[in-house]
Amino acid sequence: MKIAVMVKQVADTAARIALLPDGSAVNYEGVQLVLNPYDEFAVEEAIKLKEAGGGEVVLFNLGPDSADEALKTALAMGADRAVVLRDPELGQADASVRAEILAAMIAREEFDIIFCGKQSVDSDTHQVGPAVAEKLGMPAVTFINAFSLEGNKATVSREAEGVAETLEITLPALFTCTKGLNEPRYPSLPGIMQAARKPKEVLSLADLGIQPEAKVKRQGLGSPPPRAEGRMLTGETDEKVKELVRLLRDEAHAI
Amino acid sequence: MASICVVLEHGRTGISKASLEALGEARRQAGDGQVTAVIIGKGLDEAAALAGRMGADRVLVADDDRFAEFNLEAHEHALSQALVDVKADFLFMPVSTHTRELSSRMAMSLGSGLAVDVTAIEEKEGRLHFTRPIFAGKALETVTLEGRPAIATLRPNLFQPMEEDAGRSADISAIGLSDLEGLRTLVKEAVAAAIDKVPLGEAQIIVSGGRGMKGPENYRILEELAGLLGAAVGASRAAVDAGWRPHADQVGQTGKTVSPVLYIACGISGAIQHLAGMSSSRFIVAINKDPEAPIFKVADYGIVGDLFEVVPLLTEEFRKALG
Repeated sequence: MKIAVMVKQVADTAARIALLPDGSAVNYEGVQLVLNPYDEFAVEEAIKLKEAGGGEVVLFNLGPDSADEALKTALAMGADRAVVLRDPELGQADASVRAEILAAMIAREEFDIIFCGKQSVDSDTHQVGPAVAEKLGMPAVTFINAFSLEGNKATVSREAEGVAETLEITLPALFTCTKGLNEPRYPSLPGIMQAARKPKEVLSLADLGIQPEAKVKRQGLGSPPPRAEGRMLTGETDEKVKELVRLLRDEAHAI
Repeated sequence: MASICVVLEHGRTGISKASLEALGEARRQAGDGQVTAVIIGKGLDEAAALAGRMGADRVLVADDDRFAEFNLEAHEHALSQALVDVKADFLFMPVSTHTRELSSRMAMSLGSGLAVDVTAIEEKEGRLHFTRPIFAGKALETVTLEGRPAIATLRPNLFQPMEEDAGRSADISAIGLSDLEGLRTLVKEAVAAAIDKVPLGEAQIIVSGGRGMKGPENYRILEELAGLLGAAVGASRAAVDAGWRPHADQVGQTGKTVSPVLYIACGISGAIQHLAGMSSSRFIVAINKDPEAPIFKVADYGIVGDLFEVVPLLTEEFRKALG
């Protein structure tokens, strides 16, 4: 079983996100960068499959040089090797550009399964996984929270707007992973030692022979409008509750 | 004038509310241009007529047993066929798990730009500008889209459906479909949760509980309040990580980003990643023991107190108010 896992480095979810003074981009200065939390489930599922049935787990990553840190986490968890494309601009390019490049990187080999996180917690598009599958002409299921394999068929589960779905997919196929799929392991000390020595292939757009064009043009970036100062209700508990219901009904018209 | 195509999602209870909102926005943005609704499912006569009364000029349906459940491959085929017929400038869809897949694949196959989770649309110098949250709402970006049709998915509860107009109707026709053989995806089972359970992403009101709930059994008091208000029950990451609630209920940057009319946070302190996921709610109520909890900074109305005392009183008071 040959398994590809797409991973991305992102700002930690505990980080405050501020813009550069000219408002042109997010200010990453001092922001803690981590392996995208949903990608941890993807890496874990791939390693579990390899442990159960043998095979190879190959990481694919697009981003700046600093993304090697996130890659190290995934390699230390147990992935075998990595294929990367280092370009500080492309890491934040629109999702279709990233999907096209990642698809071209993956297409150089044959994989039975591709895993990735259901979304990266920076651009939040949820787009790259299904778009890569489209480019590679394979089926995809997103948001999976359970995975099992029998022969060349995978059975997966997910929750979609209150409906619990179970689907059977013929491989090769792509799956995007969400919380609940597994418990990602912490890298072990030997794992961390080995990670630095695992093979890393560095590709360029010229190697891939593609020059993707942006389909989404950013016209502006802003911070969310600050919320108006709220009101703390006072008095005894029952008075506060009565006042709250009155405000929600008569002032906010929320009920 | 733009020509806009809208995918309407059809489930067990008919066309989703979020779909009618997307249709309403398409009608507004199209002006005198043509609005075409695409409905893929099973048993769509009523839905197609409703789409006409709610703003569509034309309705294309794929009404077939094979579409009874959402199958990405089958739906993508039907939508692609529909688009052969319609020369649309834009393709709108409501945000959902299924349209996230569908829109991403369609954008790649059409070579079009895609903006997901759009919260506002504005025309500037003849082009539509789409605003969407990034970093779960810690920042907002505004984008324009290349390609035709360019695709946008619209977040529920932010756009208005048209008033239903009994005198309005649309041209309804069937989408030409091929055999759909060799599908590699098989939907084995699709089990709906209790029919009265409101999906978190579409809920107008969310009652959410955090670490302050102290245990899974105590969510009963939130469920009682939610049941009364027709609300969904959400949870913070702390509550989900503790195993008290399923991940599907998690609100925040590593869960769902929601924009209900009313968000009632009970025993939630307000970590940055949680605030990112719910700060775009229209009204926020915070109930917490700790007067210093960050949740009060985003709340419109705050009650400092013991939620186990406040929530049951609140349920009682709402019951009286709603009579």
